[in-house]
Amino acid sequence: MPAGERRRRGVGLPPFQVLLDDHAEVVLRFLEARVGHVDAEDCFQETFLAAMRAYPRLRDAANLRGWLLTIARNKVADAHRAAQRRPMLSDELDAAVAAPQEPADGELWDAVRGLPAKQRNAVALRFAEDRTYDDIARTMATTPEAARRNVHEGIKKLRRGQR
Amino acid sequence: MSANRAISNTAPLRLPDVIAGFRRRAEADGLVEIAYTAMDSPIGPLLLAATEAGLVAVAFKGKHDDTLNELAARLSPRILEAPGRLDAVRRELDAYFEGKLRDFSVPLDWSLVGTFSRRVLDRTARIPYGDVSSYRDVARAIGTPLAARAVGNALGSNPIPVIVPCHRVTRTGGALGGYGGGLDRKTYLLTLEGALAGRAVG
Repeated sequence: MPAGERRRRGVGLPPFQVLLDDHAEVVLRFLEARVGHVDAEDCFQETFLAAMRAYPRLRDAANLRGWLLTIARNKVADAHRAAQRRPMLSDELDAAVAAPQEPADGELWDAVRGLPAKQRNAVALRFAEDRTYDDIARTMATTPEAARRNVHEGIKKLRRGQR
Repeated sequence: MSANRAISNTAPLRLPDVIAGFRRRAEADGLVEIAYTAMDSPIGPLLLAATEAGLVAVAFKGKHDDTLNELAARLSPRILEAPGRLDAVRRELDAYFEGKLRDFSVPLDWSLVGTFSRRVLDRTARIPYGDVSSYRDVARAIGTPLAARAVGNALGSNPIPVIVPCHRVTRTGGALGGYGGGLDRKTYLLTLEGALAGRAVG
């Protein structure tokens, strides 16, 4: 066969559609039980968007349902935190991630782009790519504490800019 | 959850609606690297798959899953059923099967095709509707006159059959030769195109 292979694949990942076909129902019912019908739809979409972003880098296709439910659990935690501490900003960031071409969201991302490099990168990794602080720290060659601080400083600046 | 969001509907969510919403957002985010759909045709259900660059695969009944798995392994596993992205291809194929379209114009993605096969398929794509060439003719035309068998192999692994018309290559002397989709389909397509005298289109 031709040598047109564009990317190295360590594991045989099924087409992402298979994850939807096999596990969407379980994930949705889990989310409905945890956050109620109203927020379950958002959480579901955030879960599968984050999963699809990360999917090509997934090293082990053995437990895809467990992997999806782990992401779903993180989205539930995000939703709870968002409701308690920073509802407006989190909603807007999430919406911006979902549809970056909408003008209102574009303004927010313009503001993000205006942040100092470390804060900008940390905020983007946290919200656009749904990375953990440990993960962000590894990516940015810093400590998890510094990563957390960068995200929080960035968000504080964005909040000030919003007023 | 959010205090500022109106609770307008507390009925259980319908899974197909939620999945449709996810698909729209995945497409808006550019996450769908390969979109696919299935369509009915006179030669059985066809799987159509496209990247951003164009149509990358067409598969006959019985090969849909294998084709999607191959795309996942070789190009990207970010594959979703997204029929809208294949509308233009479906329209052209429908018109072709109705005898109203002779030349396809949808963009193609040759990612699955190697260098030699690409030469074979490019040459094959120039065989006019209603005509046939022999394996030997194609081998000669691409400057490798002794490679008729390799030409046959390249045609047999054509990832975009029907649209890249490998069915128009037959054996010297009039025998049909082989076809990745089976000889019944090859016969149907050549009959539709009027390349087989004396056979009625079904």
